[in-house]
Amino acid sequence: MPQSDPRTSTGTHEPLIRFDQVVKRFGSLTVLDRLDFTVDAGERVTLIGPSGSGKTTILRLLMTLEQVTSGVIWVGGEPLSHRYQGDRLVRANEKHQRRVRKQIGMVFQQFNLFPNMTVRQNITEGPIHSLGISREEADQRARELLEMVDLSDKIDAHPAHLSGGQQQRVAIARALAMRPKILLLDEVTSALDPELVTGVLDVLRTVAETTDITMLLVTHEMQFARDVSHRVLMFDHGRIVEEGPPEQIFGDPKEERTKAFLHAVLD
Amino acid sequence: MEFLIDRLPLYLSGAGTTLLITLLGAVLAFALAMVVGVMGTLRNPVARAIATGYTETFRGVAALVLMYWMAFAIPQLVPYKIDALFAAVLALGLNVGAYGAEVVRAAINAVPKAQVEATIALSMSWWRRMRAVVLPQAWAQMLPTFGNLVIELMKATAIVSLIGVSDLTRVAQEQRASTGETVAAFTGALIAYFLIAQLLIVGMRLLERRANRRLGRPVATGFLALLRPPPATATGGGRR
Ligand SMILES: Nc1ncnc2c1ncn2[C@@H]1O[C@H](COP(=O)(O)OP(=O)(O)OP(=O)(O)O)[C@@H](O)[C@H]1O
Ligand SMILES: [Mg+2]
Repeated sequence: MPQSDPRTSTGTHEPLIRFDQVVKRFGSLTVLDRLDFTVDAGERVTLIGPSGSGKTTILRLLMTLEQVTSGVIWVGGEPLSHRYQGDRLVRANEKHQRRVRKQIGMVFQQFNLFPNMTVRQNITEGPIHSLGISREEADQRARELLEMVDLSDKIDAHPAHLSGGQQQRVAIARALAMRPKILLLDEVTSALDPELVTGVLDVLRTVAETTDITMLLVTHEMQFARDVSHRVLMFDHGRIVEEGPPEQIFGDPKEERTKAFLHAVLD
Repeated sequence: MEFLIDRLPLYLSGAGTTLLITLLGAVLAFALAMVVGVMGTLRNPVARAIATGYTETFRGVAALVLMYWMAFAIPQLVPYKIDALFAAVLALGLNVGAYGAEVVRAAINAVPKAQVEATIALSMSWWRRMRAVVLPQAWAQMLPTFGNLVIELMKATAIVSLIGVSDLTRVAQEQRASTGETVAAFTGALIAYFLIAQLLIVGMRLLERRANRRLGRPVATGFLALLRPPPATATGGGRR
């Protein structure tokens, strides 16, 4: 259960993430249509909605794997999709995005570990070369994280020699090693055999319970979403149709489309 | 047989020259292939134009003509004479490098996009992305084709015999001319070329093995497997 709701803790405040009239088109297909939403620091938000409703696109925009068509994305009061030139907002360049996205980590559906590196190298690469911390410190961090994901004995293994569930736990450790403020999780258990799902979800529960990392997650594991998230956003055609605490969205949805969607996924 | 045993030192020194030109040409071709191949994957249009210009130019030029040009035309244009061996190395390196650049470019583009996205999620710099992720994975894909190119280059080194360098081919020709033993003279050269090719093949296969092992892929073991062509699946691109 969510321990606290950060939105009620203070009066006026700057959200950690803000989508401001964000439009994303692929060719003639409008995936996100003037989307507005905010996420507070420490909040864990689950995005649900039918296939093609734009959930992945939102996470990819935040990770700067895609660029907005129009609108602005803000992270920690700073523009991510844009940068200031004088007091005008212009499109962000690579250098600006590289700096801002250091606060953001992502775990992918297909793990995407680097097959040419050992588990240790996968986890220490970012901290050493992107954050500039010492090898000893990065190594220490890697060992702690591997202990948390219960893979200490695999530190020098090759990713190809691990099960899918183990690879995904390494991928979570790799993302956390960057000490991100925001963690993006896109269907991180969808590519796994059913018996491996629990191990990965348990790790994520631990992360949720022991850190104050802000999380945006897309998942079909409704029980898990219910347990860890503070808020659920129901998307359809790139717009939010309904939002609320998980108990309400899952237990007492107001919108027909939410009901229909939950009905379809729950059986 | 006796003919060859008597002339073994001659043939060995010819083979040494052939091998030397092969290795120098391969080093030049490799350096050009890497630099131009990477340039061909950049977004910068100038870099891409230079890369295309180089590959299109030197793929279309016969190494032999290029070598003649270096050896005979350059001294007419500038007061500088290029050493015959060096002209051959330059011509072969530029020519094979053009093919190699295409191999490098294709192998880089074949690295799964998801790998690049993972490097972005870790805020890796362009340099680090290439150095630590893209090139090591592309490397395993380049090697089989590089192996073929090295053999092609080695066989093409016979052109140096035409500008007075005493490589294997020239040694064989000179022996035939001075003794009239045509069969023995050229059989010796054939055997020597074959052995050099085997040496290069084994060397390249060892590199392939190492590259695949680094990617955690299963590799064949044992010496005999080095001489056999690898199974088609072992040379495939990224996983999945
Ligand atoms: N690179 C792209 N080029 C063209 N269309 C794209 C691209 N990426 C996504 N789309 C389209 O954008 C729409 C939204 O995709 P998105 O992946 O965000 O949906 P999703 O909500 O994550 O769906 P799912 O539940 O199936 O993962 C889809 O119609 C998809 O086909
Ligand atoms: Mg998706």
